[in-house]
Amino acid sequence: MSESTKLLLENVRLLDPATGLDAAGALLVDHGRIADLGTGLGRPDGAEILDGGGAILCPGLLDMRAALGEPGFEYRETIASAAEAAAAGGITTLAALPDSAPAIDDPALVFLLRSRGEATGSLTILPYAAVTRGCRGGDDLAELGLLREAGAVAFSDGKRAIGSTQLMRRVLSYARAFGARIVQHPEDPSLAEGGAATEGELATRLGLPGIPAIAESIIVARDIRLARLTRGRLHFAHISTAESVELIRRAKAEGLEITCDTAPPYFDLNETAIGGYRTYAKLSPPLRPEADRQAIAAALADGTIDAVASDHQPRDADDKRLPFAQASAGGTGLATLLGVTLAQTQGGRLGLMAAVALLTCRPARLLGVEAGTLARGAPADLCLFDPEALWQVQAGKLPGKAQNTPFDGRALEGRVLGTWKAGRRVFAA
Amino acid sequence: MLPPKHLLAIEGMYPPEIGQLLDLAESYALLNRSGKTQRDLLRGRTLINLFFEDSTRTRTSFELAGKRLGADVINMSVSASSVNKGETLLDTATTLNAMQCDLLVVRHDQSGAPALLAQKVDAAVINAGDGTHEHPTQALLDALTIRRRRGRLDGLTVAICGDIAHSRVARSNIFLLTTMGASVRLIGPPTLIPSGIEAMGITVSHDMDEGLRGVDIVMMLRLQRERMTKGLVPSAREFFRFYGLDAARLARAKPDALVMHPGPMNRGVEIDSAIADDPARSLIREQVEMGVAVRMAVLDVLGRKQRRNV
Repeated sequence: MSESTKLLLENVRLLDPATGLDAAGALLVDHGRIADLGTGLGRPDGAEILDGGGAILCPGLLDMRAALGEPGFEYRETIASAAEAAAAGGITTLAALPDSAPAIDDPALVFLLRSRGEATGSLTILPYAAVTRGCRGGDDLAELGLLREAGAVAFSDGKRAIGSTQLMRRVLSYARAFGARIVQHPEDPSLAEGGAATEGELATRLGLPGIPAIAESIIVARDIRLARLTRGRLHFAHISTAESVELIRRAKAEGLEITCDTAPPYFDLNETAIGGYRTYAKLSPPLRPEADRQAIAAALADGTIDAVASDHQPRDADDKRLPFAQASAGGTGLATLLGVTLAQTQGGRLGLMAAVALLTCRPARLLGVEAGTLARGAPADLCLFDPEALWQVQAGKLPGKAQNTPFDGRALEGRVLGTWKAGRRVFAA
Repeated sequence: MLPPKHLLAIEGMYPPEIGQLLDLAESYALLNRSGKTQRDLLRGRTLINLFFEDSTRTRTSFELAGKRLGADVINMSVSASSVNKGETLLDTATTLNAMQCDLLVVRHDQSGAPALLAQKVDAAVINAGDGTHEHPTQALLDALTIRRRRGRLDGLTVAICGDIAHSRVARSNIFLLTTMGASVRLIGPPTLIPSGIEAMGITVSHDMDEGLRGVDIVMMLRLQRERMTKGLVPSAREFFRFYGLDAARLARAKPDALVMHPGPMNRGVEIDSAIADDPARSLIREQVEMGVAVRMAVLDVLGRKQRRNV
């Protein structure tokens, strides 16, 4: 840092779910690391002082599932534009999906992505690597061991489900040698083929090809059994149905090493958002009926769900300005991740501390990375937010490039005021 | 009542709107039979038939309706293969705006495509069938045909038979008939009955002999050949055996029950020729006639809005 090496963030409410800290105080940054935190820090000589105005200071958020447009889809999003959106959303670490073009199925590409993240100066990119070459779902496994060595944080074929039971069995089995976690997009490919919405009354009224909700729970049930057989490490992405939650709850009770995340649309929206053929609400998996949304919200509160990830899928206008069934599925989620998650605390079932844990220490632990906590000596990745500041999501005015938010028009309480990466301010509201 | 800007769907229409459209269509039916025309009504207005899917019947019907009201009618056929994923749909909208089209009749293989176009074009958009969503003028012409024969819709029982899942005709008819107080029974194999449809105020039967018992109207739907390659129905002969309409089956319905079909028919797959061609039971010819009258009424009502804009 050119000016002062010290930064004192004072008059903040320190919130660190990893340690259970929730207290008024201050945090001192020195040389990009957290030097001290708590009360009575004083004002060290030469330190830059910032008054937090009583806002909450928590660890920089870790988004454990996001697609970057780069490489291959730069017209949708670049790493630079994603980093801008992430910073505005309080995100300082992001696990990037591997189904880019080319897919992240070679150690060199893992290195590339990591270094591209470093070059942003604001965002650590944790690359997922492909399970199968090209994320094509074929029989040829990617080099899981070499990819893991290169720094792949976990393995996934992105938005393609590992459909073959035999392949899934082998992958879960083989990955154990490297302690690698397999991240599944739980959706039975043959049931989902051609579908555009959750099968049911609404899809029938709109004349849209449906995907039965059990397309998700069938794969969840199958993979739980495969995890039991192989003792592999398994993670389910963007869980969205009541039945899946129940299956995972039971598998966890049994002691299997199974984890899951969900994304904000699945606890904040239901399928009615696609009414009028709103393609910005076309997601994969598709939005569900209200009963499923409620089950996901309950699973956040009871701890069954381990993390909230943005499931950011940048799309441009041409991807979306199409008849519904032809429009590309996916929504942006970086700038809205915190606000929509905090909305769950308003009903009182999910505490503020638990909500922030789902965005910080819990995904960090799950991925085995050192992030998501306010520890002395750790890099000063920080997020300052006002949990009561009101704002409205507006497609077209979001930070970054992609504007395809399913939350267009949603009023949110909870706004990021500032984001710091290794002590450097990378976002100011 | 302010005339609506577009006709995209029956769902959401109120009984008086439907009733008034049918009354107007009835008057056009009489006008057509009298051999007179009203060529001054849409004089100088441009009607474009924009068809992304092949259709002879519906396109011709709209063309005739437009010409009888004096509109300049242009037919544009866009073959599905030349459409690059529908992006040209919006390009097409731009083109049509530049041409100052007043009335746009759209058929498309994607549900919601006319609604998307309606957001972008200045013209009044009429949905002439979109994917598996709706085909509103078909439901209106069916209703007019029934009403002329039975004097009412309220209190009648209508069976809709066959491939409900892929039918926009079925959806529009379900919305219209239930809105107007008729009872609707859907009859077909479980693979062709869409999920959640019971919530639309209808009953479902998989046994045609049972389902036809006591119905006033039997509405048959076309079964596409491709359903037999997707594991939905094993063969045409099996389908006809269990869900085809022949004289023996029709005898289960009310003695004076009438038969309808939106066409084109697959004779021997969903309907026996002896029934289809029986003038005492079949309304199929009259449906086509009422189709022109209904479309004249729709063009008249939507054209009024356009005329007001002049």
